[in-house]
Amino acid sequence: MSVASGQRRTWIVLGASSSVGRAFSRQAAAGGSDVILAGRDTDDLQRTAADVALRANCRADVVYFDAESTKDHAKFVDDCMRRGGPMDVFLLFGAMPEQQAIDQDFALALQTIGVNYVGAVSVLSRLVPHLEAQGGGRVVVLSSVAGDRGRLKNYVYGSAKGALNLYLQGLRARLARSNVSVTTVKAGFLDTDMSYGMPGLFLVAPPEACAKACLELSAKGREVAYFPRFWWAIMTIIKSIPERIFKRLSI
Amino acid sequence: MKAKELEITGWGRFPRAKSLALRPEKPAAAAAAVRARPAGGLVAHGGGRSYGDAALNDNGHVLLTRRLDRILAFDPERAELVCEPGLTVTELQDFLIPRGFMLPAVPGTGFATIGGAVANDVHGKNHDRHGSIGDHLRWFELLTADGDFRRAGPEDDPALFAATIGGVGLTGVLITLCIGLLPAPSNAVRVTEMRADNLDHFLRLLTQYRERATYSVGWIDVLARGERFGRGILEIAEPAAESVPVRAGRRVRVPLDMPGFILNRWSIGAMNACYFHRIPALGRDRVVPLGQFFHPLDRVLDWNRMYGRAGFHQFQCVVPDAQAETGIRRLLEAVGESRAGSFLAVLKTMGGAGKGYLSFPMRGFTLALDFPARPGVRELMAALEAITLEHGGRIYLAKDSCLSPDGFARMYPALPELRNVLSRVDPQGVFESDLARRLHIRGDQP
Ligand SMILES: Cc1cc2nc3c(=O)[nH]c(=O)nc-3n(C[C@H](O)[C@H](O)[C@H](O)COP(=O)(O)OP(=O)(O)OC[C@H]3O[C@@H](n4cnc5c(N)ncnc54)[C@H](O)[C@@H]3O)c2cc1C
Ligand SMILES: NC(=O)c1ccc[n+]([C@@H]2O[C@H](COP(=O)([O-])OP(=O)(O)OC[C@H]3O[C@@H](n4cnc5c(N)ncnc54)[C@H](OP(=O)(O)O)[C@@H]3O)[C@@H](O)[C@H]2O)c1
Repeated sequence: MSVASGQRRTWIVLGASSSVGRAFSRQAAAGGSDVILAGRDTDDLQRTAADVALRANCRADVVYFDAESTKDHAKFVDDCMRRGGPMDVFLLFGAMPEQQAIDQDFALALQTIGVNYVGAVSVLSRLVPHLEAQGGGRVVVLSSVAGDRGRLKNYVYGSAKGALNLYLQGLRARLARSNVSVTTVKAGFLDTDMSYGMPGLFLVAPPEACAKACLELSAKGREVAYFPRFWWAIMTIIKSIPERIFKRLSI
Repeated sequence: MKAKELEITGWGRFPRAKSLALRPEKPAAAAAAVRARPAGGLVAHGGGRSYGDAALNDNGHVLLTRRLDRILAFDPERAELVCEPGLTVTELQDFLIPRGFMLPAVPGTGFATIGGAVANDVHGKNHDRHGSIGDHLRWFELLTADGDFRRAGPEDDPALFAATIGGVGLTGVLITLCIGLLPAPSNAVRVTEMRADNLDHFLRLLTQYRERATYSVGWIDVLARGERFGRGILEIAEPAAESVPVRAGRRVRVPLDMPGFILNRWSIGAMNACYFHRIPALGRDRVVPLGQFFHPLDRVLDWNRMYGRAGFHQFQCVVPDAQAETGIRRLLEAVGESRAGSFLAVLKTMGGAGKGYLSFPMRGFTLALDFPARPGVRELMAALEAITLEHGGRIYLAKDSCLSPDGFARMYPALPELRNVLSRVDPQGVFESDLARRLHIRGDQP
């Protein structure tokens, strides 16, 4: 990878309002990058930008981004690129409505797919030409173990994450030709706003640790990894259960 | 807003409260949580380092502030910092010290949040010289019961300002704070420690150094008797000119609740004696990094578990100068007679009154003790309360779980002013805590 070149780089953080996004922005800036914080609540993201810039003495910009309004993504990417310099991408936005709510309202199913999958494909496909032109860089996507197998409890969300993971496999092959790495991080339980207060979670990982793993895994150019790592073992077991039996389980 | 059912305690692990905990990550989410009128009321909960029930709300809601943790502005020219309330003292010091500044008042634990520090108007070892944190607060934005943000400062709604400093979370949730800073010429202080042979000697030394030294704090051996009664170590310090390398310093953790009997009169007596004799008779002098100087106990995580599952009580009072000699003597005698033993006993001077209606500081001497929660301790606490009152002193709410409503009202004469503000900004009592109920702070309870 040509990431080590002397020029100052910028991480585009898509979903910067999440606690993982906040932690990642701080860590990336501490590592010597600038950041673009992309998200919907730009007023609040200004507070994060101030924090990141002050701590690391770097440039931190805020750009409005709504994953669902795909028609604006081309302009969004242009706005980011106008800053100049080489870019890396951390994509972590996502939405997980309750499966029961989705069952009762198809609009929610569309939204779940629209944010987690369509929105990701939309923005990434607009970023790709720029990354290719850079001839190097990193893309990290915070995805979910839920994409490994469809489960009773959250299969619409899971299917969107699963589709995203497949998309990233292909994107990885494409971008490898331009020296751009694509890292898929399949997260287990994270101690974030999304899962806060949900029953039945165990070994919930702090957002700072997740952010650190995302940075480190992508620095190593890893393709696919679980975070925390033991989820690899859990998912190996879950994936090995025959469908005949799995359909009766309520996990 | 999503909530999580938690059993929460203060640092003393007594009392315990079952609450629904909200954890907003941005001010707008905190405001939405308040507007939703949480059942059973709401109180902010920062680092959970107050000892008693100030940050608890049994059968109601608490709002965890740790995720509101952003630094918003830092201005070296004006020596000020603007930040969110959930940053801890250590996090802020780690940001400030390399930039040549530090917080003006630093409590004994770096795990306290800056919001919690203001809500208790905390003081450090430099109170005589620099006052408490409220003295350096320039303005704040407060999330009030109506779900709106109000700005206040010494000129801008001064009553709300005074009600919120030391206001134990009852006026609302601090969302943004602007704090004046002190210069930090280095990351270290030069510390001198000396023995005080008995109480008279101790009080004399404290009086002598309160004007002269930037920092001064005394540690007292509560179990010493006879002519050693009131002996201890006085520590004074000045900012060091040069920085020292700071080693990451391993933290150790108390992994489980120790059986209650481990801390008894004899084990504590032995530890106290070791502590005393550690300092050579002629004193000693060394350079110590600020973090270690301010927060010696933070190296041992969860040290409160030393006291066993039942928890412990902390007692801290301040007695005005004129009454200090008899007051401190009587307090120590009462502790000695009760044979309760106190592991940590701190004696230091305070410079003057704080800016808040419920600010703890007043010019005088402050004594802090802790006692394992065992039979007989409540009686002792009541006795200490009576002695404090008799000598015109007051008890620190940040440490308290035993004070009586009547004693409280007598110790805090500006209580009616606070009540006025509360009836203006929170007429329906959205902000509630176990401490507020226990002490009848709002005044409308039986
Ligand atoms: C080892 C140790 C040493 C200590 N040494 C000192 C000392 O030297 N000097 C001293 O003064 N104190 C000392 N303390 C006490 C401690 O500094 C105070 O209790 C402080 O308030 C703790 O802050 P916190 O964030 O943990 O607050 P919490 O305990 O979580 O809350 C304390 C109060 O602040 C309120 N609060 C918290 N956040 C907010 C907010 N954002 N807006 C409004 N209200 C809020 C809560 O509602 C509650 O009433 C010490 C405590 C310990 C454990
Ligand atoms: N929490 C877990 O246990 C867990 C487990 C596995 C994977 N994950 C994944 O981890 C990622 C980060 O989530 P999180 O746990 O940190 O939860 P979170 O705090 O809810 O963060 C979700 C992020 O997605 C953003 N977002 C949602 N809809 C959007 C839209 N339409 N346009 C733009 N941004 C949008 C949110 O922005 P707003 O602030 O504007 O809403 C927020 O920044 C998600 O992809 C999630 O699926 C989480």
